[in-house]
Amino acid sequence: MSAGKSFWEMDELRLVIGAMVILGGATGVLVVLPYLLLDNVKPPAGLKPYTNEQLVGRQTYIANGCVYCHSQQPRDIKQAPDFARGWGRASVAGDYAYDTPHLLGTMRTGPDLLNIGARQPSKDWQLGHLYQPRAYTPGSIMPPYPHLFEIRTGQAQAGDTVVKLPPAFAKPGEVVVAKPEALALVAYLLALDRTYPALPPLPKTANSAEAAKEKP
Amino acid sequence: MDFTVGVLLGTFVLSVLALFFFIWSMSQGLFGNGRSAATVIFARNEFGIVEDPAATDREKSDLQQAMDPSEEYYDYFDDAMLAATRERMAVRRRLRDDADHRTLADQSSAGVVGVCLTLAVVWLVLASFAGLISSIKLHVPDWWVQYDWLTFGRIRPIHLNMVAYGWCSLAGIGVALWLIPRLLKKRLIGAKYALAGGALWSTGVFAGTVAIGMGYSDGLEWLEFPWQIDILLVIGGALVGFPLWLTLLRRKVEHLYVSVWYIGAGLLWFPVLFVIGNWPGLHFGVQQATMNWWFGHNALGLWFTPLGLAAAYYFIPKVLGKPIHSYNLSLLGFWALAFFYSQVGGHHLIGGPVPSWFITIAIVQSMMMVIPVFAVAVNQHMTVLGNFRALFYSPTLRFVVLGAMMYTAASVQGSLEALRSVNTVTHFTHYTVAHAHLGLYGFFSMVMFGSIYFIMPRVMNWEWPFPLLISLHFWLVLVGFSIYFVWLSIGGWLQGLAMLDEKTPFMQSVALTLPYLQARSIGGGLMTLGHLVFAAHFFAMGWKFGPTRLGAALLEPSMLLRLTGKKVAA
Repeated sequence: MSAGKSFWEMDELRLVIGAMVILGGATGVLVVLPYLLLDNVKPPAGLKPYTNEQLVGRQTYIANGCVYCHSQQPRDIKQAPDFARGWGRASVAGDYAYDTPHLLGTMRTGPDLLNIGARQPSKDWQLGHLYQPRAYTPGSIMPPYPHLFEIRTGQAQAGDTVVKLPPAFAKPGEVVVAKPEALALVAYLLALDRTYPALPPLPKTANSAEAAKEKP
Repeated sequence: MDFTVGVLLGTFVLSVLALFFFIWSMSQGLFGNGRSAATVIFARNEFGIVEDPAATDREKSDLQQAMDPSEEYYDYFDDAMLAATRERMAVRRRLRDDADHRTLADQSSAGVVGVCLTLAVVWLVLASFAGLISSIKLHVPDWWVQYDWLTFGRIRPIHLNMVAYGWCSLAGIGVALWLIPRLLKKRLIGAKYALAGGALWSTGVFAGTVAIGMGYSDGLEWLEFPWQIDILLVIGGALVGFPLWLTLLRRKVEHLYVSVWYIGAGLLWFPVLFVIGNWPGLHFGVQQATMNWWFGHNALGLWFTPLGLAAAYYFIPKVLGKPIHSYNLSLLGFWALAFFYSQVGGHHLIGGPVPSWFITIAIVQSMMMVIPVFAVAVNQHMTVLGNFRALFYSPTLRFVVLGAMMYTAASVQGSLEALRSVNTVTHFTHYTVAHAHLGLYGFFSMVMFGSIYFIMPRVMNWEWPFPLLISLHFWLVLVGFSIYFVWLSIGGWLQGLAMLDEKTPFMQSVALTLPYLQARSIGGGLMTLGHLVFAAHFFAMGWKFGPTRLGAALLEPSMLLRLTGKKVAA
């Protein structure tokens, strides 16, 4: 530090103050303000909290990085045909009231999954698809997840959930049994259902009738 | 609609006002000092003298011939000559001082820089294989499925984290540790703490990638490492950051060079980002998504970009032996980058369940990013202007200048991608992946390659043993990356268009990308091959293969005489 300079003339000080003020501003806008605004968002009436098994399944979803190919945020019909594809209405903040960590995603190498539970509610389909996606969707590039399943030669035991594969993909003398992780993951996928209305029904007053008129 | 338009206009007006404030404050000298600061990177006899430790004797000589001798910076040289005739003794003393300072600075940082860069190169190779495996898995989905840690959803984040925290961060830290003592003419204080910090950081990256492979992930992109492991990175980062800031506070130079502004700020910003981003139990739902992209984008804008630009701002003028075109412009670029870049993260959530003002701010500031980008582009272009032939002869310059050009390209592309109309197509597609690689590979990694080629001969007191391998590395990664970027961008764009067309089945958007994904694997394979060449050469140097041609070339008057034919006082 050079002598004879006043406090304010020091480059270091300008650097520290300038850099931190700017970062503080950005953090305020992008992190703190959303925190304050979204902190009191209530879960919509139609949204149920996850069960323990579904939460375990959510962890399996995270552990296997499903989020790197699947988003969970349908866009508005004005922007993209997500609704027409059966992915659901545009999501709102309340839909994620129980979602920590968030899994909004940034890629659609595969389809959006926010409403996969409503779109494909068959547990058998989900299990088989996780075991071998190409048995159900020709041309799919989704990886199979053999580590979520056990191959048994001979008979399945009592209490086993046997995966019912299409005949072309089933090997004779082998049964594919879902491990608890696979069952939990499917429980989570089936819980992905945000088909309830995003907004509560409006109470019948003069003001709200006007507000409703303005809505497109 | 009124509110959104209001926010749009308000943000725009505020941004323009902020810009005018920066320009005004610079004209008042509030944010740094003018031209004299641009010359602190040179010793008195170095103006007009090229330098590239990665170049062979022949290349150095050609490089010097390629410089335009009529340029203004020769005045400094003549000034030094004049002074030499008048007060030869004083000049001689000053030159020896300069040489001593630089020798001391380089010696004080050599150990820790060597270790950080070595670890970075190891991470680069591992990360390249992780990336290549991820790429192949997208078009051969039934390949290597028996290992759960190799599933796409794990090997892809392993790739990203190895690149971001292993290769890029450690290379950036290594370069910063080498530049700071040089730029401040001061021994690196606490080098052994920095060494421990780099090792701890690398241990953290290793533990983090193993955790992801085992399925323990915090679940957020860029923030996958379990927070317990992040503590290692925080302590390691602090052990590197404090020595650098202590050195900064005891500097011997009057002026802070622009690279010091960038590095100093990056070292302040990143810890804040990292700690807030990884804090457990603090974030929730959609707010966590906004935080996620505040972090993800600022890791690029306020960590990698400052480190990369700091290196480019040092090596381009240093190799050419001529000061940066406009020092004030470089500072404008610095403050504008800090202001605008820090607010653009929201453009990753366009169309998502976030408030519209949040998106609007991100779009406006993304467009405003054009200003700092052009400040950097014009400045670096004007510095190289007239000396483009130098790119043929200087390996360092070839990588760094190309990287700087890709910085401009990536940034302009990023601004355009933030526009709602463009974003609607490119969001959720491979186009974004190509763009991310243009930034972190085309720009940052290229600049790091060039910097490492310059730095390592000084660290090791040994020359690069096989100059041909440098060219091989350059062409492999350039061709590989061109294939990667061009084809993946086209494929991603087509994928986006297909997804927007209601009548096209979704599977069509998957099927049409396959040839482009295959092309990406070919490009990525060539890049990986280039990295293997680079790593092999790096370790060949470490084990002191090859002939010694020069030894440690610091300030050698005999060298200067041979290059220029001018007698220099020393």
